[in-house]
Amino acid sequence: MLIIGEKLSIIAKRVREAMMKKDKGPIQEIATRQWKEGSGIIDANIGPAEDGGEDLMQWMVTTIQEVVPLPICLDTTNANAIEAGLKVHNNQWGRALINSTSNDPERFPILELGAKYNAQVIGLTVGKGGLPADAEERAGIAAEIMARAMEYGVPLEDIYLDPLVLQIATSQDHARHVIKAIKMFQEINDPPMKTVVGLSNISNGCPKTLRPILNKHYFVMLMDAGLTAAIADAHEMAEAVQEKKMIEDVLAGKKIDDAKKMAEITKTIDVIMGRTLYAHSYLEM
Amino acid sequence: MAFVAPKETYSGKVYQVNAGTGANALSFGGENVLPFNSFEGTVPNKPLIAYEIQDIPPADWPENVQKPYSSVSGDPVTWAKFCQDTLKAKAIALRLIGTHPDRENRSPEDAAKTVKDVLSAINVPLIILGSNNAEKDAPVLIAAAEASKDKNCIIGKAQEANYKTIAAAAMANNHKLIAMSELDINLSKQLNILITQMGFDKERLITDPMCSALGYGLEYTYSVMERIRLAALTQNDLTMQPPMLADVGMYVWKIKETQAPESEVPLWGNAEERGIAWEATTATALLMSGAELLIMRHPKAVEAVEKVIEELGG
Repeated sequence: MLIIGEKLSIIAKRVREAMMKKDKGPIQEIATRQWKEGSGIIDANIGPAEDGGEDLMQWMVTTIQEVVPLPICLDTTNANAIEAGLKVHNNQWGRALINSTSNDPERFPILELGAKYNAQVIGLTVGKGGLPADAEERAGIAAEIMARAMEYGVPLEDIYLDPLVLQIATSQDHARHVIKAIKMFQEINDPPMKTVVGLSNISNGCPKTLRPILNKHYFVMLMDAGLTAAIADAHEMAEAVQEKKMIEDVLAGKKIDDAKKMAEITKTIDVIMGRTLYAHSYLEM
Repeated sequence: MAFVAPKETYSGKVYQVNAGTGANALSFGGENVLPFNSFEGTVPNKPLIAYEIQDIPPADWPENVQKPYSSVSGDPVTWAKFCQDTLKAKAIALRLIGTHPDRENRSPEDAAKTVKDVLSAINVPLIILGSNNAEKDAPVLIAAAEASKDKNCIIGKAQEANYKTIAAAAMANNHKLIAMSELDINLSKQLNILITQMGFDKERLITDPMCSALGYGLEYTYSVMERIRLAALTQNDLTMQPPMLADVGMYVWKIKETQAPESEVPLWGNAEERGIAWEATTATALLMSGAELLIMRHPKAVEAVEKVIEELGG
């Protein structure tokens, strides 16, 4: 499993301030930690970055790669910023990953950049309209993105399909639709398509103590579905790997000795699979 | 071979809740099937419709729904007695709208007195509602709950912002409690959990997922109610098994379609009939989605919905 270290996001206050002040310290510290904890790519999320996005992305790419020998996931809706980042990206540590194209015509130029700079591209399975209703709709959009990628000259093995993880607190049914979509994406092509998720969105809006629990269980369930990569916190995912066997045992219907853990795992799986209705206090019931 | 109708079996059951005391006490809920599917299980009670009255004259109600009460609505006690004795109301819902800070801002003591007076004049179950101002409802409903102690009333509405005080008051004075959340099934479940975690018996709760009128988001209320009921029945979700309230009248009689006179929109036809039909249709839809307790305003709309309930076999 490829972990794309997620901590360098403009949404985080500390990171945003460092970006604004061009203060390398916090950026390099966080990137280094994500690398040491097992990330294979570092996500640089600069948001929409309408003003000065090109400079900011170049600064992020060079700042991170100064200290971390990993490729960067260029995460912004600003295509010019992505191209600027690709120009300075150090390919000796691997190929850059672009986040993202989709089935929205406005996002097609991203594929051109992928072809031009020999970068890998995340294909988010949404269209111009609303959110996909289920796994089947996601797979349909995936097929369109794949056709578009071939048209633009991006090889299918360079595409990571992203089914779009939604918040379990408000869109519970999508948790299992996404798991199913990950399985379906692999069946669309031979060799199977690569897949990626923005993992922690599953627990967005949930109480703080619940977030790592949901993230880790979801990670294991997606891993079992064949997920290739996750934009996630490497530290949390290392913990998930340690708990993997326990979670898989419960998934397989086995009992584990630790009763408290058993209850936590059972309830969390039931919530993810939509067998019980989500509520912030579901673990207490 | 004779045709055998396919039947669903459900693992869960809606709690049966009773309200009122003595011979006129009533129960609702208690079924283990989807609404009106009595051929699949048991439906021990019919949905209950309560007539809405309020503590101040209904000057804000459209004329067509003020009219049936024009001779009685100046005083909540006369109004309540009229509903019970003349309209044969099975239950009455007293909305203490006059306590709202933007309205008459009546005090909790005034509200308590109204509750006492109304209770002494009627013998059918009483629902006591605040003005839906979360802050003011807390002291008002505490006073109301105390004034009606041991009368087995239904008190509401407890919301995320004020549930602790209102639930405590309902618990201390032996009442049932309405828990309201704003059209979000997950928050509805969460509120029921929080209230029961205070030690409030889940079998004394009524869930209000928030009503809406036909044409104004009814499909959202419908869908949330339907999913709550499915969670209760098919997933045996204990937190989602209280009966549900549809507070219909208040939402229906404030929209354009129940107010605009025929002279303004000739194509819409007679305004009075239109309003009655609108309230009856909204209420019927919510019965189908699982409501067991309804609060309504127009006597003719109530009559029409009672007929639906009768014909569908409760």
